[in-house]
Amino acid sequence: METLEQIKARVEATIEGVRLEIIANGSRGNPASLLVDAAHGADVARFLRDDPQLRLDYASNVTGVDWPDRVISRSQVVKEVVDGVEQEFEEVVERVEPGYLEVVYHLYSMALKHGPVVLRLRTQNRTDQTHLPSLTPVYRGAEFQEREVYDLFGVVFDRHPDLRRILMWDEFRDYPMRKDYREPDDYEYEPTPHGPVFAKARQHYPPEAPHD
Amino acid sequence: MGLAQRRAAMEMNMDENLRRELSQHGIVTLSLESLCNWGYNWGRRNSLWPLGFGLACCAIEMIAASMARFDLSRFGAEVFRPSPRQADLMIVAGTVTKKMAPQVVRLYNQMPEPKYVIAMGACAISGGPFKQGYNVLKGIDRYIPVDVHIPGCPPCPEALIHALMTLQQKIAGQTLTGPDRPRHLDPAAPSEFAVPAYGAHDLEPAFHPQVWHPPVLPREEPL
Repeated sequence: METLEQIKARVEATIEGVRLEIIANGSRGNPASLLVDAAHGADVARFLRDDPQLRLDYASNVTGVDWPDRVISRSQVVKEVVDGVEQEFEEVVERVEPGYLEVVYHLYSMALKHGPVVLRLRTQNRTDQTHLPSLTPVYRGAEFQEREVYDLFGVVFDRHPDLRRILMWDEFRDYPMRKDYREPDDYEYEPTPHGPVFAKARQHYPPEAPHD
Repeated sequence: MGLAQRRAAMEMNMDENLRRELSQHGIVTLSLESLCNWGYNWGRRNSLWPLGFGLACCAIEMIAASMARFDLSRFGAEVFRPSPRQADLMIVAGTVTKKMAPQVVRLYNQMPEPKYVIAMGACAISGGPFKQGYNVLKGIDRYIPVDVHIPGCPPCPEALIHALMTLQQKIAGQTLTGPDRPRHLDPAAPSEFAVPAYGAHDLEPAFHPQVWHPPVLPREEPL
């Protein structure tokens, strides 16, 4: 199979206006992945599927990743003139990097027996602009997995044929796999609590119970 | 029969020596009430019809218990029914997710009295390994009354047979009248429970207070 750089070059030559980026994977043996801009996601997938050299006809896995807002603090030395004397101060600059939701597709070729090519698509943010193009029109088997990502992460897939919750009930309003999800507090009865469960169970202990 | 006979003698204020003398001559003395009690419980406990319904891997062990090697029919409970209307024993075999819990309560409500519940496996009694998750009910006894709890992940077929024998002993010890009579003979006792509703964050209510309330345990700080 071609390297990811070659695939990237051919996709950029074929699809006009597409923005691709190769994301390296730090751990050993894991393939780098291709970050595709949301507008051209379905076009890139269709190209990868139909290209005679690649023929990536099988989306084996669709996953979601939640990247919460990150606060990056950096200390820098600032020079200021105080009472006519120049002094050096250390200042901590905090910058908030907005979070996003990511969907990862693992593509293989059943026909040519190669793969995987890993695609990533990212939403604008985690709150209101969580739309991504659905790859179900390209890969029929992605339907249930995209529904699961919608259910647990809250990514809205445009042009998905049947976007409903698949595991949780329809009235459910949370997204349980997000990092900031807090599960309902039903730790009233924990016979042998320890670790994080102990901290949750303790709030239900009666005040007269011995705590010494 | 010896125990029932002795209890009957006590109920009738019968002299113990007289009872023993009569029994030496082959005469059995019983009160009508205890005879009814015994016969009624004997019939109930030896013909339990389980609802054929499994939720997870515990159901495989339940099926194994009903097959030839372990043979649940030796205990009179081999008639697995596909309809709650025809069953009187619900074996909650497996993980009860919060999405499934209302359906379990609904099936329980549809079963005719007298009805019994065995909660089988770690998940059904407490949530098991999924306890800290977002979608697993922490024990079906929060919504319906459970007669026998079986620990294990999954419990082996012998454990299910033991639970069935425990339930049979429980039925055998019941009296038809008085304050200890079973629920189906008490018109004031509820036989149906409200089906929990799907809420925005959790099932509503989280448990039925008339069935379950958090037990108060003496607590100590961990070392």
